[in-house]
Amino acid sequence: MSGHDVWYGDLTTRRSLLTRGGLLIAGGLGWLAAFLLIPCTVLIGVAFLERDPDGGLTWTLTLESLLRLVGLGGTDGVSGANLFILLRSLALALVTTIACLFLAYPVAFFIARARRRTLWLSLIIVPLCTNLVIRTYAWKLLLSARLPPAQIASWLGWAEPGRDLIPGWPAVIVGTTTACLPFAVVPLYINVDRLDWSIVEAAMDLYASPARVFRQAILPQTLPGLSVAVLLTLVPTMGMFVITDMLGGAKHWLIGNLISHQFGPGRNIPYGAALSMVLILFTTLCTYAYRRQQRAVELL
Amino acid sequence: MSNRRYGTALSAVASLVFALLYAPLFAVAVYSFNRAEKGSVWAGFSLRWYLQIVADPEVSRRAFEVREAALNTLLLGAASTLIATILGTLLAIGIQRTPWSKRAARLLDAAIDLPVVTPDIVFATALLVAFNVLRYVSPWFNPGLPAMIIGHVTLQIAFVALIVRSRLVLIGATLSEAARDLYATSAYHFRRVTLPLLWPAIVAGGTLAFTLSLNDFVISFFTCGPGSVTLPIYVYHSQMRGLRTDLFAVSTLFVLGTIGLVLTAEQLTRWRRD
Repeated sequence: MSGHDVWYGDLTTRRSLLTRGGLLIAGGLGWLAAFLLIPCTVLIGVAFLERDPDGGLTWTLTLESLLRLVGLGGTDGVSGANLFILLRSLALALVTTIACLFLAYPVAFFIARARRRTLWLSLIIVPLCTNLVIRTYAWKLLLSARLPPAQIASWLGWAEPGRDLIPGWPAVIVGTTTACLPFAVVPLYINVDRLDWSIVEAAMDLYASPARVFRQAILPQTLPGLSVAVLLTLVPTMGMFVITDMLGGAKHWLIGNLISHQFGPGRNIPYGAALSMVLILFTTLCTYAYRRQQRAVELL
Repeated sequence: MSNRRYGTALSAVASLVFALLYAPLFAVAVYSFNRAEKGSVWAGFSLRWYLQIVADPEVSRRAFEVREAALNTLLLGAASTLIATILGTLLAIGIQRTPWSKRAARLLDAAIDLPVVTPDIVFATALLVAFNVLRYVSPWFNPGLPAMIIGHVTLQIAFVALIVRSRLVLIGATLSEAARDLYATSAYHFRRVTLPLLWPAIVAGGTLAFTLSLNDFVISFFTCGPGSVTLPIYVYHSQMRGLRTDLFAVSTLFVLGTIGLVLTAEQLTRWRRD
């Protein structure tokens, strides 16, 4: 295809098109390469370096950080503590994702059925415009002992009377779930809005139970929105540290807290890099799974 | 009949969700008028904490700190949004309007998809490592506002590119073809056809980029210096001393300011469309 092409009504050669395209993407792509791709690669490299006593790096290759990560060596000796934090982060991310989906599905249907959809949708998005630190700080206030949530919890016997609900897992889960909810609602709503209701009606006409209607008539149709929702809640929750920091304590540490500790007071950059590497791998894996799934949906 | 029952159930869950999203914001707004200095005991209505913020910065240390943090936040947001919107828009046009090979196209897709989902702490730590090296090249990479701007742009580019690209797909080729058939030059075509059609997406992308910057805590936290504290960092550091009423006032103003900005931007795009 070396001859002339017509491209958007423009008579040109493929070569000049590629040159022009290359120039257009050079800035953005160069920026991402310089400040994200290359640093991430370097970060993965640093995970295999040794830490010197002052907290700097020495140019010796070692697997110490990785061994420490899986609990087989390093300064912690044989201990599952670090691995436990990784598993805890994964568990919290999963719980948050499931909670978000359970809440987001009905809301998506609620908005799709409502008369003023744009208004409801913006009401979902507006809290996102508020900084997470402030929203989390707000929960800190709202979950303190004198306010209704704590009083209701103690009345129900779920909490000691007169005690704040912070620090604690319920507080952390409320924090992560509310932080991610809009990211689950929006993709699901976009999907539900385009739902082919005739299939749902057909299933109902054929006396399918509500559970079966959902599983066989609604779920397959909303799979694309569902996978976006999962991707946008699962991956960011894995890396969170503000919420556990403010609504939890040392007992609630996640990978994010561990990383920020290594780059801060812990002064162990190789270990922090190794932990970040876990997050990079997790992100890449989830995105890859998502793309495979999307391609499978397109084929259907 | 059963349809109605579902409707009630949906409304119930929706009310719960909206309560979860808005209750904390309302609680903060209400308690910002509390007379007490700290804690969750209501001691009567008072405007003193708002007056403290707007007081003379020469006299009130709090007012000085809050103003400095607000200024840094806005400066950081404006500078990073400007750079990211230009780079992101060009990136989207370059990706969408070039006959890339299938493999190149897939790589480019990944280049703007991956940053969107990557947890911000990965951005922060990667940048920290990069800046530790680059610091020897230029003082710009020392902790401080320039480094924070670089960090925020890195986060924003992919979001802007995603939004602009989806609009490009929507616009299609017909109008460009028509312009070309009527002998529009490349520059004229870009200025009078592509740009006006793309404008709503560029504003939307820019608004999103700006809110991302206002929303960011993690990247700023890792790259900020002593003189470049932003409002979220300021709130984060102050909240360690407990529930302080003046901080509720600061937060309320910040929330109202952000929402106001977003609504204004939305109005602007609507006018352009009409």
